[in-house]
Amino acid sequence: MPSFVISDKCDGCKGRDKTACMYICPHNLMKLDKERMKAFNQEPEQCWECYNCVKICPQQAIEVRGYADFVPLGAAVLPLRGSDSIMWTVKFRNGSIKRFKFPIRTTPEGSIDLWAGMPEADLKNIKNPGFYTHQGSGVKLPVPGKQ
Amino acid sequence: MADFKHIQKPEIVEIETDFLAIGGGMAACGAVYEACRWAKGKKIRITMVDKAAADRSGAVAMGLSAINTYLGEKKPEDYVKMVRGDLMGITREDLVYDLGRHVDDSVHLFEDWGLPVWKTDDEGKGHDGSYKGKKLRDGGKPVRSGPWQIMINGESYKVIVAEAAKKALEENRQETGVEQNLFERVFIVKLLMDDKEENRIAGAVGFSVRENKVYIFRANAVLTVAGGCVNVFKTRSTGEGQGRAWFPVWNAGSTYAMMTQVGAELTMMENRFVPARFKDGYGPVGAWFLLFKAKATNSLGEDYCVTHFEAAKKLYGKWAERLGTCIRNHMMMEDMKLGKGPILMNTHTALQKLAETMTPKEIKHLEAEAWEDFLDMTIAQAGVWAANNIEPEKTPSEIMPSEPYLLGSHAGCAGLWVSGPEDFGPKEWCWGYNRMTTVKGLFTAGDGVGASGHKFSSGSHAEGRIAGKSMVSWILDNAGYKPSVAASADDLAYEVYRPLENFAQHKNYTTAEDINPNYIKPNMFQMRLQKIMDEYVGGISTWYMTSKTMLEAGLKHLEKLKEDSVKLGAADLHELLRAWENYHRLWAAEAHARHIHFREETRYPGYYYRGDFLALNDQDWRCFVNSKYDPKTGKWDVFKREYKQIIPD
Repeated sequence: MPSFVISDKCDGCKGRDKTACMYICPHNLMKLDKERMKAFNQEPEQCWECYNCVKICPQQAIEVRGYADFVPLGAAVLPLRGSDSIMWTVKFRNGSIKRFKFPIRTTPEGSIDLWAGMPEADLKNIKNPGFYTHQGSGVKLPVPGKQ
Repeated sequence: MADFKHIQKPEIVEIETDFLAIGGGMAACGAVYEACRWAKGKKIRITMVDKAAADRSGAVAMGLSAINTYLGEKKPEDYVKMVRGDLMGITREDLVYDLGRHVDDSVHLFEDWGLPVWKTDDEGKGHDGSYKGKKLRDGGKPVRSGPWQIMINGESYKVIVAEAAKKALEENRQETGVEQNLFERVFIVKLLMDDKEENRIAGAVGFSVRENKVYIFRANAVLTVAGGCVNVFKTRSTGEGQGRAWFPVWNAGSTYAMMTQVGAELTMMENRFVPARFKDGYGPVGAWFLLFKAKATNSLGEDYCVTHFEAAKKLYGKWAERLGTCIRNHMMMEDMKLGKGPILMNTHTALQKLAETMTPKEIKHLEAEAWEDFLDMTIAQAGVWAANNIEPEKTPSEIMPSEPYLLGSHAGCAGLWVSGPEDFGPKEWCWGYNRMTTVKGLFTAGDGVGASGHKFSSGSHAEGRIAGKSMVSWILDNAGYKPSVAASADDLAYEVYRPLENFAQHKNYTTAEDINPNYIKPNMFQMRLQKIMDEYVGGISTWYMTSKTMLEAGLKHLEKLKEDSVKLGAADLHELLRAWENYHRLWAAEAHARHIHFREETRYPGYYYRGDFLALNDQDWRCFVNSKYDPKTGKWDVFKREYKQIIPD
């Protein structure tokens, strides 16, 4: 389902430090047409439909149209991603609609405390099995046939 | 010869580092996280280079609805038995066991960092990740969708894991005082060997896909974790839908290709994965089978795993009795070939049965769970259902075996031959540094480590951490090392940019850029590769069937394609990315074909068949098939390595 950009909604992320969809696409598909200041999907047959461009667009200018070689027209799947949950609207070809809301994260974005409550790595043990978390807390990893 | 006649010479950026991670997925994020902790205070420079943006790169870019490897109360021994059974008896049990005893620690970190994990309460009722119960590390009980799987709300899984990796990198950057240690949108295309020390890695070269810059990294230890290989075989959907691969379409075989080219030993590259998934959208079936207890049947309502079982046992012996992933595929395909399709996942009967004992509120929740399975990890499938007016509680859905993929982290085991753990296992499988390849200083993890599948997302992160720690140990032991690369920076830059030069030199010769006798564009190069692989190496067109004669014909075509690869032409940096990706695909494909050619049996029915050796043959072939490409002579050596059982049956 290649993503497409709605002309009237896309502002090319002007005024921002980067074009959001172009920044995030894992397959380098989204491209900014600098003359029109509009983004577009430059290679729709390589789109995995991961929806990362749809989710990140600050203008909600990006949607997805089903792969033309096997998806009937008329349906839409639309996300609205917040900081702790995501809302999905699934529109069926026959007009019926389903809505779902799921949690996405239990901590605020950017709040990860890397080593909170974790032991230091003990370099004396670097040749022994186990992560720094095991090593530092004295956990001995099992070995086959010896438990 | 560095001679930029037709294009502008790129800026060449040379970076000195100690620890270089190529890739940005689960394994790379795990590696830099663990390494930064061990390296603290040692001024070891840690660098990560990702061809995309780490927040949404790798196989978990879209999200996941489950973590498929969490041992919890189970033992690593039992994990080894499961992996061995599903991979038809041939695995590196040292590596699998080692992963099993490490993996839960990564899952505990994910939950600490903010990943919502489903929980079972004291009454045995399941709740999604918004439930405020005890954490897994404090004895909280997960919701198991299968023996090894736990349910999560994983839309932001990769964002969370990347945040920890990026923070660790930033801490390391501040300690070491380097200007930059996270490079995004830089695609590494080639590893560089040391010219003074035999069989020793020295760095890597790549380019920015956004700016006119070539990057040369010199490093003491290099981790190559750039995923598996997708779009190497002709796809079932050949229009826009080509992008809807089951595994991420950006996995271009770079892991296998780059390490092969420097002479690292490969193992089990004959293995592939052909997932049976919901047709066209390739939506996941795991939750349907395991959580909702749905049954798949042919269109006459017959269970193909019953009707074809006796015949399968005759050909594949005791491995068929385990009903592993490939055997179930095999029996499904037998029915498809008899015209008994479409094969149906009976979602409707499963949900109706579950609903019998549920309140209306619980039924609504069940419906949401079913949709979330798609919305978390294969949104396309939700679209396919909506466009076909499919409501899973009312109608069944078709399932279908996909085109083949090469990978080492999911239910497949292609990859590199690596050193195992130091504290147990056969001596000849351990050469000092856990997860180091046969090239000194070159490490891998995740899809890169062969003969040990069923790691999935959590296992790839944990294996990255194992490798990351091991690399720090290597760097400390080789503190005086100074990388030395024979090729000049200009020559490397020219080699990387050659497809741009080819295109610029010849584009005006014809009136249409895509039709030119002097170069081949990346998309047609890929089509040619896919057609060869499909028709000769057991793709969908032949129902995954091949043979010695077919493979030998296919290898001849691959040889010509390799010759033509010097004529790849790219109009811009985006096409340069595709040119190099497809060149990597070609190398992964060749390794795959050579290994299948060597293994004279059908070890993985349902994934591929040797028409000239249709049965499984434990007597002669319960062994690893390994190979090495010699970069000096250009010759391949394919050979057996003995299988050793560590965990009793």
